[in-house]
Amino acid sequence: MKKLIPLLVLAATVLYVARTLMPVKEASAFKVAAFGELPVLVNGRVKPLDTVARSSLLQLQGRQRVSTPLVSEPLVATPSEWLLEVVFRPEKADTFPTFQIDNPDLLALIGKTEDDIKIKYEKTALKVLSVFGFVPSHFRRFSLQELTPHIRTIQEQAKLADPIEAAVRTPFQRAVMQLYGNLVHYQRLRHALVAPGRTDFLGDLLKFQDNVVAGVAAVRAKQAGQEHDAALVATMTEIGESFVIMAESTNLLVVPPDADNNDPTAWKPAGAALLETFRTGRVNSTALAYAGLAHAWRNNQPEQFNKLIELYRAEIGKRLEPQLAKVGAEKRFNVAQPFYSSMTLYAIALFVGLFSWLLWADVLGRSAFWITLVAWIVATGGIAMRMWIEGRPPVTNLYSSALFVGWGAVGLCVILEQIYRNAIGSVAAGVIGFSTLLIAHHLSLSGDTMEMMRAVLDSNFWLATHVIVVTAGYSATFLAGFLGIIYVLRGVLTRSLDSATADALTRMVYGIICFATLFSFVGTILGGIWADQSWGRFWGWDPKENGALIIVIWNAVILHARWGGMIKQRGLMNLAIGGNIVTSWSWFGTNMLGVGLHSYGFTDAAFVALSGFVASQIVIIAVGCLPFSLWRSFNRRPAASPAHPGAAGASVASGS
Amino acid sequence: MPELIRQFRDFFVSLRLTVVLLVLGMVLVFAATLDQVNLGIWAVQEKYFRSFFVLWRFGDVPVPVFPGGYFIGGLLLINLVASHLYRFKLTFRKSGIFLTHIGLILLLLGELFTGVLQEDYSMRLEQNVPKNYSESFRENELVVIDVTDPKFDDVVSVPEERVAHTDAIQHPKLPFRIVTKEYYPNSALQARPETEAPGTPPSKATQGFGQRVRLTPLPITYKQNERNIPAAYVELIGSAGSLGTWLVSADPRLPNQRFEHAGRTYEIAMRFLRTYKPFELTLLKFSHDRYAGTEIPKNFSSNIRLKTPDGQDDREVLIYMNNPLRYSGLTFYQASFEPGNDKVTILQVVRNPSWLVPYIACTLMTLGLVIQFGIHLVAFVGKRRAPRALPA
Repeated sequence: MKKLIPLLVLAATVLYVARTLMPVKEASAFKVAAFGELPVLVNGRVKPLDTVARSSLLQLQGRQRVSTPLVSEPLVATPSEWLLEVVFRPEKADTFPTFQIDNPDLLALIGKTEDDIKIKYEKTALKVLSVFGFVPSHFRRFSLQELTPHIRTIQEQAKLADPIEAAVRTPFQRAVMQLYGNLVHYQRLRHALVAPGRTDFLGDLLKFQDNVVAGVAAVRAKQAGQEHDAALVATMTEIGESFVIMAESTNLLVVPPDADNNDPTAWKPAGAALLETFRTGRVNSTALAYAGLAHAWRNNQPEQFNKLIELYRAEIGKRLEPQLAKVGAEKRFNVAQPFYSSMTLYAIALFVGLFSWLLWADVLGRSAFWITLVAWIVATGGIAMRMWIEGRPPVTNLYSSALFVGWGAVGLCVILEQIYRNAIGSVAAGVIGFSTLLIAHHLSLSGDTMEMMRAVLDSNFWLATHVIVVTAGYSATFLAGFLGIIYVLRGVLTRSLDSATADALTRMVYGIICFATLFSFVGTILGGIWADQSWGRFWGWDPKENGALIIVIWNAVILHARWGGMIKQRGLMNLAIGGNIVTSWSWFGTNMLGVGLHSYGFTDAAFVALSGFVASQIVIIAVGCLPFSLWRSFNRRPAASPAHPGAAGASVASGS
Repeated sequence: MPELIRQFRDFFVSLRLTVVLLVLGMVLVFAATLDQVNLGIWAVQEKYFRSFFVLWRFGDVPVPVFPGGYFIGGLLLINLVASHLYRFKLTFRKSGIFLTHIGLILLLLGELFTGVLQEDYSMRLEQNVPKNYSESFRENELVVIDVTDPKFDDVVSVPEERVAHTDAIQHPKLPFRIVTKEYYPNSALQARPETEAPGTPPSKATQGFGQRVRLTPLPITYKQNERNIPAAYVELIGSAGSLGTWLVSADPRLPNQRFEHAGRTYEIAMRFLRTYKPFELTLLKFSHDRYAGTEIPKNFSSNIRLKTPDGQDDREVLIYMNNPLRYSGLTFYQASFEPGNDKVTILQVVRNPSWLVPYIACTLMTLGLVIQFGIHLVAFVGKRRAPRALPA
């Protein structure tokens, strides 16, 4: 039984993960998933339209689900379906609440008062839940339709805020800039495939195809001052203008390079490809295919829609096979959402691990270990997938550093747990794995997380060495800190920290700090060498460099203080918790200064989170400094424990 | 050993001192990082790291408030060397620690040398225009050039600091004195309108373009991507009286101002401090690659011709991101470009004779740490194996 239950848990976990890899059933007869797999070049990378849909939704409204609080069913089944509505049926998509606005001043600007945005639930149960924050109490997301009357005001305010340096903008200015950016982004999507104002773009294009030769001749005749068909010239000019608007209003390059073009990056916006018709006399097949899809979607013709996607795929498939393989894989990766499964599993592992300290230590402890291991393998798969898609080492930006810090720390936890089998590894893994993935989720709100690397960072060698090693140093320092937290909280709040566990924790923390010192030092040094190679100085006192240096010094302080006998077990733990403060500052705080060569990952709201985290660590250190007589694990009565209270305290104080 | 000396020794070899210094160093680095927002990276280095004490000004009185980089680094160095001399034992168990600290000593010394010896300049190259000098990032000079002989220029250079102090400058090569009438550490120039508003004071310059230009003093900037443009009104006074007052400014768009005196032709200008090289560089082509459909830069590269007057070297080199040119003790990096002008490249030129020291130091330290923690790990694994060997 003791062996069986953990194995059953393992099997259930594996099943849960396997389920996410299964293809999702279509909600209607339209093959929306196949549409999401079509390739597009945005921000320098060929990706599936599905990625565009998901990263757009995250950027516009902070989540991938499109819904309103009053209706339990989502408005669209998948992000790809939302994108279909935006590009092909904007009059419907414009009513979806997809613009998130939280700033009260900005809400006032668009004429929303507290009363307007309060959600009035019919059911009493929902009313009660909303008071406690389990269901939303206010509308936070608004549709384009609601915003349209205020576009001019928003634009004016954005123009006022634009010249101000990003770092010194007020929250209102930031909110306005973000909303304005989101509106622009939405416009870009709308102009990506077809001309948004036209109800029958396919019909217009077919007519255009028939007339283009005569039309061009008529325009030439007009320019030469000869007799011409004025109506035809007017039609040509009018449709030409709509192509120009399309070409200039989007950054989605949906038309792949022509068959005779060897440059794999020569993608074009649909509008630009359509403009070429005036020269070639033939409407571009990709643009025509998308117009056909628009027609089928608008007129509810699933067979034509599905057939057209199949034909288009087959046509570009001949030329773009290797790229399409990656695009397809990325689509499946998006749907599987491995990091969300992993996050859920870490949370479960954390609770199972915590309970194992109270009862059924063996069964729950092993179960927690298996769940952690599966979660870690899922995260490993996700990171490996990202590396393959990007063709890069794992850490390329702040988002992927969060993934990697969590991955590295959990990897160490798995090793610790395999050695000590006391669920401490699983609990630490649960906390760190869950929180780093949560951080990653918040960082993903700024758009596609697989960005192109700016010139100086475009070096796989240094990304694979300096960045990886320094990030592994972060992982280890955090892990030591969380083990310290477990020591303090278990010791003070519970009676479960016996001296064997305390000694084991001490050895873990000491070992991990040695590891952290090595990695943060070597990583910092490698960074210095990179800087010497690319900027001409080994060390420039740049904030990010200083942050890394502070981590190294802090770890050195802990080791020297321990070797010199200045700290014992408890001091080691408290200093290790201090490492959390130092590392979080180095990881995020330095980016918030808005100076220096490294500040490429800047986020505002993160400041509040960082301050909160630092404060919480200080509180825990203060708790850790309480006299041992207040620690529940060390103040046992002689009756409850053979150890004398003083002796217990002394044995702890003198360390191992 | 007398008690006093022993106490003295114990103080300098103690681990407690190490820990205190490390903590002080950490606080210093942290404070310096925060202060970069106000002071910029260069001023912070001078104030916090290349000083013995961090000074705060109360009114005009500088008060030391915290030990500076030299103080902490110096003491740490003494502490390190002293404790190693005192405790040194050549055993395998100690070899990791020993290597790590030798590396650290080297690293600290290397940083000191770099601080003292490193010079860096910028070099702006226009396509097909050979150049044999680089310009300082921060320092400027006032030059008076005798251009009478078309074959060569005779340059007299006055450092900006000398110009800033208003005393007269006399140089044996010049038949006049240079007197600074006014000096502005940072300024902007703009053309005076044709018809001036009544009551506007006339320009203080009586010669050159300064008469048609209005000078606006600006506060000194510490921003990393901006530089100060100093300007000054200087009067040249010959044996027979004043030659006139010129406005000089380091604004690179301004030409040299030419004048005649005593049958010779001179030019006067303020410019970024130049350092001449025994070779010349010519930009053949600058490339700025972007990712398709974006403005995200993918790569910058400069194809450059390197030529020495003696003809020993005449070759093409390609400088690009993460791939500098090392030549004659200098290193040339692709540093910047001028937006919208593909015919110009901006290189950073660094002379750092001690650039190899950190590489050696780091190798030693990494090796040391690996050995040290490797010993720990082996011991730990050994200890865990032992009880398991007993029958359960």
